Amino acid sequence: MNDERIREKLSILADAAKYDVSCASSGSKRKNHNKGLGDASNGICHTYTEDGRCVSLLKILLTNHCIFDCAYCVSRKSNDIKRAAFTVQEVVDLTMNFYRRNYIEGLFLSSGIFKDADFTMERLVRIAKKLRTEHKFNGYIHLKSIPGASDELMREAGLYADRLSVNLELPTEAGLKLLAPDKNQKDMIKPMNFIKNEIILRKEEKTLFKKAPLFAPAGQSTQMVIGATPENDRQILYTANHFYNSFNLKRVYYSGYVPVSNDNRLPGLSTAVPMVRENRLYQADWLMRFYGFNVREIVDQNNPHLDLDIDPKLSWAIRNLQHFPIDINKADLQLIVRVPGIGVESAKKIVSGRKFGKLNWEHLKAMGIAVNRARYFIVCNSQDFERRELSGTKIKQFILAESQSKYLKQKPNQLSLF
Amino acid sequence: MITLIYDGTFEGLLTAVFEIYEHKLTEVSICPEHLLKPNFFDAKRSIVSDTVKANRVLKGLHQRLAAGGVQRLYAAHLSEIAGEEDNLLGFIRYAFSTNETIEQDFGNKYVMRLSYVLKLVRREKHRMEAFVRFQKMADGIFYASVEPDFNVLPLILNHFKKRYADQKWIIYDIKRAYGIYYDLQDAVFIQLNFASSKQDGKTIISSYSEDETLYQALWKDYFKHVNIPARKNTKLHLQHVPKRYWKHLTEKI
Repeated sequence: MNDERIREKLSILADAAKYDVSCASSGSKRKNHNKGLGDASNGICHTYTEDGRCVSLLKILLTNHCIFDCAYCVSRKSNDIKRAAFTVQEVVDLTMNFYRRNYIEGLFLSSGIFKDADFTMERLVRIAKKLRTEHKFNGYIHLKSIPGASDELMREAGLYADRLSVNLELPTEAGLKLLAPDKNQKDMIKPMNFIKNEIILRKEEKTLFKKAPLFAPAGQSTQMVIGATPENDRQILYTANHFYNSFNLKRVYYSGYVPVSNDNRLPGLSTAVPMVRENRLYQADWLMRFYGFNVREIVDQNNPHLDLDIDPKLSWAIRNLQHFPIDINKADLQLIVRVPGIGVESAKKIVSGRKFGKLNWEHLKAMGIAVNRARYFIVCNSQDFERRELSGTKIKQFILAESQSKYLKQKPNQLSLF
Repeated sequence: MITLIYDGTFEGLLTAVFEIYEHKLTEVSICPEHLLKPNFFDAKRSIVSDTVKANRVLKGLHQRLAAGGVQRLYAAHLSEIAGEEDNLLGFIRYAFSTNETIEQDFGNKYVMRLSYVLKLVRREKHRMEAFVRFQKMADGIFYASVEPDFNVLPLILNHFKKRYADQKWIIYDIKRAYGIYYDLQDAVFIQLNFASSKQDGKTIISSYSEDETLYQALWKDYFKHVNIPARKNTKLHLQHVPKRYWKHLTEKI
């Protein structure tokens, strides 16, 4: 009986938590220092669901009872669904036992808001505290901060959690007004600011006292739902950029809206999840964080949307052909990473490898560069290079013609037999 | 062409390298004894692993390679890919041929090959860190069977030792018939004799701890419910969790 009940609760509360896309378990420095259980110094994806998303953390809600009525959320007050709530001990037992079997890297705990923000936050903190102090648990803990929770609770949360996050929910205040009238961006920015300042403060402390406690060592992240409201990619990426810069965020997650309601403010129930768009946004996000791109280079007034057919780096390159071709044997690393088909790792290999001798196409292929895309933008130690004056559109056509993108339903320029 | 036959250990490989320099062999190939194919034309010589000789090669490698360079060679050797010894030999010869550090010369085919094989081995190591599924036995030991593509147990030992410091565990490589046992103090390599104790599927289940079945069921429930059917993407799923690993994954059985 008891077994059946806990299984039912887990099913309900995992179902309710799965739309939160964050699953990272990396970036912390927590070590197994007390011969307890676990080590959060590297991130591992333990399995993948049938939708191809990684499962790294036990991602659950403490409860799906909620006093709010956000239109895009399955747990909204007005939705007629089964409700459940875990006890503190149940979450602790699940986490410990899953971790011991190497199922997970740790716990991602969020919650519907019952009673008020502090009441909810206090429970979340109590679970983290119990795991850390009573069970010597050194695995990863990601706590969702409840907007409006008091500073004292947030501070305590940071002492036990590796990462804290506050969801922005929607990219703009206007979107929030429309779909989540109970919430406003100010309530979200306040705890983000608090966490940011606290992290900076603790870092300074750490330089003075080596034994100073860790405070959210894996930093903070946020998430926004995309495709539920009519914002364009430019608005989304500008918001992300603003939050990266102003709050030192580790990650911004983009969650393609999965239809969960026939509310007429939202896309209909039969609407497809915008998975390609989501993928392009992540690519753009990576360009900003690892490839040295400014958000204005990726989207602007004239190009408010990312091209769905091709990735944003290729898209930037064909809009900026004046920079190309570049000589792979001479150009700076910062320029090489901007070439479509060359990633950060390969770019570093090129820069190291060319010290020993000039590189040709064979070398580049062996290093794992997508030569079919890169060849329009580079020259190397070979007589063979693209001599035609090709327009951006032409290059795009050529590349699409030979690519087998999983996103293209039909190959362009494919000859029909009949 | 002469083929040097060694015992398959890293020490054996380094001893073979020593012999090659000692006897100034040029047309040479190194092959582990279990992969040896009958061939009437090539000369063969057996190599006996020798710690002193191996250490001399090791010393030379330490001088010429960056920190971690020897570890990289060792990891690549654990790939046990047929014929890989000759590529490692090529790399070592290149390293000894010059006083420069050559590990960044990605235009060289041996350097590139090593980096490629390392990528394969490290991916498998990482997969094992992810895909090991412990089952709690009645005696309190957490047991897991694995069948990795490459011989990665030596590479994952430290990871598990650090992580599961407060529980006894065994990770057993069925394919290579050996495993690691951690007894709360040390992690040691062991060999179990399954044939005599008849450890088939049924007896394993009968020796589960009392809550094991519940937690396996909970994990399966969780795995099912965290999926979003509207986003189904089988290709991506299979890319991340190839079918050959399924039989040891609780959530996929």
